[in-house]
Amino acid sequence: MTDATAPTEGIAIRRPDLSPARVRRRYAAEARFKTYGRLAIAAAVIMLGILLFSIVGRGWTAFFQTQVGIDVFLDPNEIQIERNADGEIVDIDGDFRGLVNDALFALFPNVEERVERRALRNIVTRDAAIELRTAVEANPELIDQTARVWITSSDDIDTYVKGQITGIEAFEVAGVATPTGTSGEIEILTGANDFSHIAAEVTAQLAELAEDRAEAAEAARATAGRLQDDLTGIRGELETSSDADELSRLENQVARLEGQIQSLLSRAEAASRDAEDFRNRAETVGGMEELSNRLPSYLVEINGGLVRLTAVAAERAIGQVLIPLDSAASAQPDDWGLISYVVAESNRRVKDNEVAWIETLRDRGQVQTVFNTPFFTEADSREPEQAGIWGAVVGSFLTLMVTLALAFPVGVLAAIYLEEFAPKNRLTDLIEVNINNLAAVPSIVFGLLGLAMFLNFFGLPRSAPLVGGMVLALMTLPTVIIASRAALKAVPPSIREAALGVGASKVQTVTHHVLPLAMPGILTGTIIGMAQALGETAPLLMIGMVAFIADVPSGFTDAATVLPVQIFLWADAPERAFVAKTSAAIMVLLTFLIFMNAMAVVLRRRFERRW
Amino acid sequence: MSMQEVQETMTDGGIASTPGAGGTQAENPAALANEKPVKIKSRDVNVFYGEAHALKHVDLDIRQHEVTSLIGPSGCGKSTYLRCINRMNDVIDGCRVEGSIQMDGEDVYDPKLDVVQLRARVGMVFQKPNPFPKSIYDNIAYGPRIHGIGSTKSEMDEIVQGSLQRAGLWEEVKDRMDTPGTGLSGGQQQRLCIARAIAVNPEVILMDEPCSALDPIATAKIEELIDELRQNFTIVIVTHSMQQAARVSQRTAFFHLGILVETDETEQIFTNPKDQRTQDYITGRFG
Repeated sequence: MTDATAPTEGIAIRRPDLSPARVRRRYAAEARFKTYGRLAIAAAVIMLGILLFSIVGRGWTAFFQTQVGIDVFLDPNEIQIERNADGEIVDIDGDFRGLVNDALFALFPNVEERVERRALRNIVTRDAAIELRTAVEANPELIDQTARVWITSSDDIDTYVKGQITGIEAFEVAGVATPTGTSGEIEILTGANDFSHIAAEVTAQLAELAEDRAEAAEAARATAGRLQDDLTGIRGELETSSDADELSRLENQVARLEGQIQSLLSRAEAASRDAEDFRNRAETVGGMEELSNRLPSYLVEINGGLVRLTAVAAERAIGQVLIPLDSAASAQPDDWGLISYVVAESNRRVKDNEVAWIETLRDRGQVQTVFNTPFFTEADSREPEQAGIWGAVVGSFLTLMVTLALAFPVGVLAAIYLEEFAPKNRLTDLIEVNINNLAAVPSIVFGLLGLAMFLNFFGLPRSAPLVGGMVLALMTLPTVIIASRAALKAVPPSIREAALGVGASKVQTVTHHVLPLAMPGILTGTIIGMAQALGETAPLLMIGMVAFIADVPSGFTDAATVLPVQIFLWADAPERAFVAKTSAAIMVLLTFLIFMNAMAVVLRRRFERRW
Repeated sequence: MSMQEVQETMTDGGIASTPGAGGTQAENPAALANEKPVKIKSRDVNVFYGEAHALKHVDLDIRQHEVTSLIGPSGCGKSTYLRCINRMNDVIDGCRVEGSIQMDGEDVYDPKLDVVQLRARVGMVFQKPNPFPKSIYDNIAYGPRIHGIGSTKSEMDEIVQGSLQRAGLWEEVKDRMDTPGTGLSGGQQQRLCIARAIAVNPEVILMDEPCSALDPIATAKIEELIDELRQNFTIVIVTHSMQQAARVSQRTAFFHLGILVETDETEQIFTNPKDQRTQDYITGRFG
């Protein structure tokens, strides 16, 4: 310190390199770094955008629900109302489903066939009886009247109305059309070649189908040939082998192979026949071309009715009447139309007759799309149109309550002890390392622990929010502890010194000064831990919260499910309408998560104190 | 208290005559007559931070109603010694204190002694102003509140006002008692910390470089305040400024490399140091 003056003569003075090339390199490096950063952010934003776009695009329709308005005659003979002494309604009973069905059949009196009648019944939800009963309960004075009641449509109809099943295409027509009847199978004659393009299309598609079938036959034959080779090989072994077990095994194999070859060959035969058939049909020009359900459906709108074509030639067509015609009079080109349901009937769940009914009802103003309130007020259901998310929301809420009640106090107390009171030694080091490790343990492991401990050992109820909350608390604890310790560590030591300096005890220092200052950080960590718990599925599968629960849970020990598990269940469901429901449920879950994270930000901003 | 004081004087007399680092006082009989009773008596104090021996065999007497300044280059152990007096070193991991420090004849490191009560008797002001992030009023009222002083609102108001007045801050803050203490200027914050320390009426106030973060005007105010407080409190101040030590203290102790090199009346130290190292330090040859 005192004699710091060292001799400088022998040391060469080296000045910094200020050459322009060096400066350019530095600038280039900085520019490059910035570009990388921007690219990374852009990639992240694009991914997020795609995610949100696909979820919202797929899910928004689930917030709306199609209803069919039917005029139900509320037959007093069918409905029994029980009233108490004050005239209040105690109970309503009756064959409401029968009333709904009668009203539906009345819409399309020409529907007589059993199968068709069932299809007509099923354009409304299976729970139509409950909906009608609720409507009657609300307005008992409707009894003995015919009332327009809006009944939720079935999920398939709903999906169709939302435009996800098939489009409808209209064709220009030039000739005057004359039907030969008003119902049943009729023929329609037209003055121009209005049906020729259908015939051509049929021919083209038949050729294509013939090609397909021929290929299929070829493939089946090839497979059969390979199997035949195998069979020859095994036969060879069979001759040389002498071991009895081996022999019986080989014989079994031979028998199985022979069966397979047989079925393949017969399949190939059938495909070949089909191909030949299609080819022949494609080649006979000018005759009646039969339409099949593997082609788009073609329909004729004429005289207020609808005819589904089954066979066409250039100037005439044979069809089945779906909606009866008013008359068999001829129609001018402006008064009749040719339309097509673009997707082949065999490839969609809503058949031509159902489309025809719904389109007819839509024209009569008996189809409406309303906000899907039940989605937010009902629990899960096997029927997509009745399935709601409220049960899962309540389940999530109850589960998170338990998680919070366990993880927050335990976590914060553990953090305070470790940070402020515990001596720093090997044991506390070990504990610290293990807490950090616990935060990285896959959540399903906690599920297994919960299954073994809470369900099997303590015998707590399966599928209950209580147990779910306990498992999630185990999972959230490390997060809460780590976040709380970080928050406590961030409180400047000068505050602790100040408090100790005026004679506060250790506990007073912590509770009066350190904890209040650390609270925003602790709360932020806790909320983020809770958000993580809200989105957790795997551990809950282990303790049975994956069950189908059709009731909104009313307590901590009721069977329940939670939002992410509900999403998991719906994503697995075969019904088409659950696709939109799944995305809608994801939107609800994301909304909750964003809300919770926003709350964490607000809390941090609000209570952050500077010193 | 008077009995105790007499006792202190007597014990002090006994020790003053024994040779040691602090023994120089005995050679000045005129000064002995004026000497105030010893408040804090340290004998053979050693402090270890883990393996490091931070303070070596320190014998030092701190007298009542005097300002004792501890000077020395950085890392010489003066702050360590200061923090031994109210056992703030307890908080530091791996810190070990040996030897005896007695306040009014009571061993500060007695395991039976309640450290909270000790700190109520020995207040502390830190290098960086560290008011609580609470209102000015609560900053002052916190100490009395946890020690059960001032049970009614009016009593508490009195204590707060009195403390702020003694710290010379009352006029500046009386209209904004509810604003956070952290919103004051650096000098005001430090005076707030002093007011907070004296609010519990300690016997001793320890100050660890209280002016190092302040501008000269704020420093002058604090120094003036220290001089006034001397009437009622025993003050130990660690400082890097020799001028400050000369201005505010009656007695000065010079530390170097963990050793108490010399202690004497401030005037003596600055005009006629006995040790060469003291001489070198105060003339600015190192440090």
